Amino acid sequence: MPDKNTDKTTVTAEQSGGAAAAVKRAVNRSDMSRAAWTWKEMKRNKVAYALIAPFMILFFIFTVIPVVLSLLLSFTTFNMLEWPNFVFMDNYIRLFLDDDIFVIAVKNTLIFAAITGPTSYLMSFVMAWFINELTPKVRAFVTLIFYAPSISGAVYLIWATMFSGDAYGYVNGILIYLGIISTPIQFFRNETFVMPLCIVVALWTSLGTAFLSFIAGLQTVDHTLYEAGAVDGVRNRWQELWFITLPSMKPQLLFGAVMAITGSFGFGGIVTALAGFPSVNYSAWTIMHHLEDYGGQRFEVGYASAIATLLFFLMIGANLLVNKLLSKVGQ
Amino acid sequence: MAKLRTRKHRVVLNRSVGGDVGISVMLIIMGAFMFLPMLYVILQSLKPFDELFVYPPRFYVVRPTLQNFSDLFTLMSDSWVPFSRYIFNTVLISVLGTLGNLILSSMCAYALSKINFPGRGWMFEMIIKSLMFNTTVSAITNFITMSLLGWIDTYLAIIVPAWCSTLGLFLMKQFMDSSVSDSVLESARLDGASEFYTFLHIAMPMVKPAWLTLIVYSFQGLWNSGASIYIYSEQLKTFNYAISQIISGGVARAGASAASTVLMMIVPITVFVITQSNIIETMSTSGLKD
Repeated sequence: MPDKNTDKTTVTAEQSGGAAAAVKRAVNRSDMSRAAWTWKEMKRNKVAYALIAPFMILFFIFTVIPVVLSLLLSFTTFNMLEWPNFVFMDNYIRLFLDDDIFVIAVKNTLIFAAITGPTSYLMSFVMAWFINELTPKVRAFVTLIFYAPSISGAVYLIWATMFSGDAYGYVNGILIYLGIISTPIQFFRNETFVMPLCIVVALWTSLGTAFLSFIAGLQTVDHTLYEAGAVDGVRNRWQELWFITLPSMKPQLLFGAVMAITGSFGFGGIVTALAGFPSVNYSAWTIMHHLEDYGGQRFEVGYASAIATLLFFLMIGANLLVNKLLSKVGQ
Repeated sequence: MAKLRTRKHRVVLNRSVGGDVGISVMLIIMGAFMFLPMLYVILQSLKPFDELFVYPPRFYVVRPTLQNFSDLFTLMSDSWVPFSRYIFNTVLISVLGTLGNLILSSMCAYALSKINFPGRGWMFEMIIKSLMFNTTVSAITNFITMSLLGWIDTYLAIIVPAWCSTLGLFLMKQFMDSSVSDSVLESARLDGASEFYTFLHIAMPMVKPAWLTLIVYSFQGLWNSGASIYIYSEQLKTFNYAISQIISGGVARAGASAASTVLMMIVPITVFVITQSNIIETMSTSGLKD
């Protein structure tokens, strides 16, 4: 892997400036300060900046600046018409002390993420592992079946048809026919059912990028390792998985975790489509819905920015925490 | 010594029959969970009106018909904005958004992967961090940006942000790291090729799976994009939005909505079937190093 070396050199070159560059290029640079060396390198690589500029400028405008801006706006009241008023922590205090619905939203978001994140991650891995030993043609077909729900757009609305609240809904119809219930259940208007159902549908659409990454990762594990393992006393597929497969595909496991965690916070659209906006008694109301409510409908941008900022730190925090935990596996 | 078993001409290590059976059963259960709803949409779309409302509900279809699809086209021609306009919008957004994302991402990925310039470390670190949160977070401040740019209610508000979506860039950079060798590029540079020529004529042909993957990802995202907070005009809305309007028409349109869902999903699924092997190849280098 050539890049590993160059990456390392970049880091050291940036950290210790001239000295590391001197080692790398075998030219004596002790005469130069770090800033001067960096400037010289920047001029030498002008073309690199020209290549990254179009992407990076847009990336800053549409991703980096909005995040920073919502952090700043979260300390103000802003309604898009008047100049923002600085109110310091008022928005955050209001969120946690005065906004009962936000507390429900936080609770629901955490439940949703804590269930869908790990479950979709495990499902992606276990399914990828199961189909890994099928013949290539069968594997491609099974991959398609598992992957299709996540790319088919609004196809998850079929769950609304299956669990529709009248006797023509498939589930209600069958339950009534079998005599288990006597009147149809309004599944997506019922506080008991709405959350679990949304979670099931979210999981149904969750075998996405992480799943493909695991399938590919399993294919790249060096087969001689399995043979060596068998000689060294690996006795069944579980030991093989634990001692050989998992350590070999750690990069994919880390990447898959990012995809699964980010995804687990992004199912707001599915909930809105199935359970309505707002869901009955806020029973499936998440932080995303609260954000949409205050930002997109009430135009309380300062308050919405506080929600967005909290959501941002929640997602980044969950990702960094899980990545830290996963990188300890097998060490 | 581990027990060896042969399966179809190749030696399989450490596989018990019990495990095989257990795994097969699990696969079938999961496969049913994933596949039956998809099958149900297809069957619903083929049911004639009376079969959609039989009691008890039937999963399968007795007299399949394409009536729902022709009903759908009638519904479409009745709509205030011609349906072809919605399709045109979706195609335009998908094609321009994907094209821009491909060009910008591959240039950036090449520089991040193959040129050792000051700042590339933290820039790539930022790209990785951006994979850790979704666009909900930036939607409201982006609304302000779009107003300042005067892009509200224009195609630009959808197309341009798609150009800087980071997942494709990330996958392409990782793929370049491992499949474009530095020595090839170095010899091209020694022969006097410009950096841009090296990028376009040497690196890009070597990462075909990565750019196909980027195209598929970007295209799928844009193809499935529905209502947007930046778009008010009916004439600028997407096919997906129009379909969601049909679906929200309720029970009476159960058949037409199933038909429209089937039409919607054909495109991304076909694209994936064609490009699957390339995508899997790209994914093999998708890992994050810790």
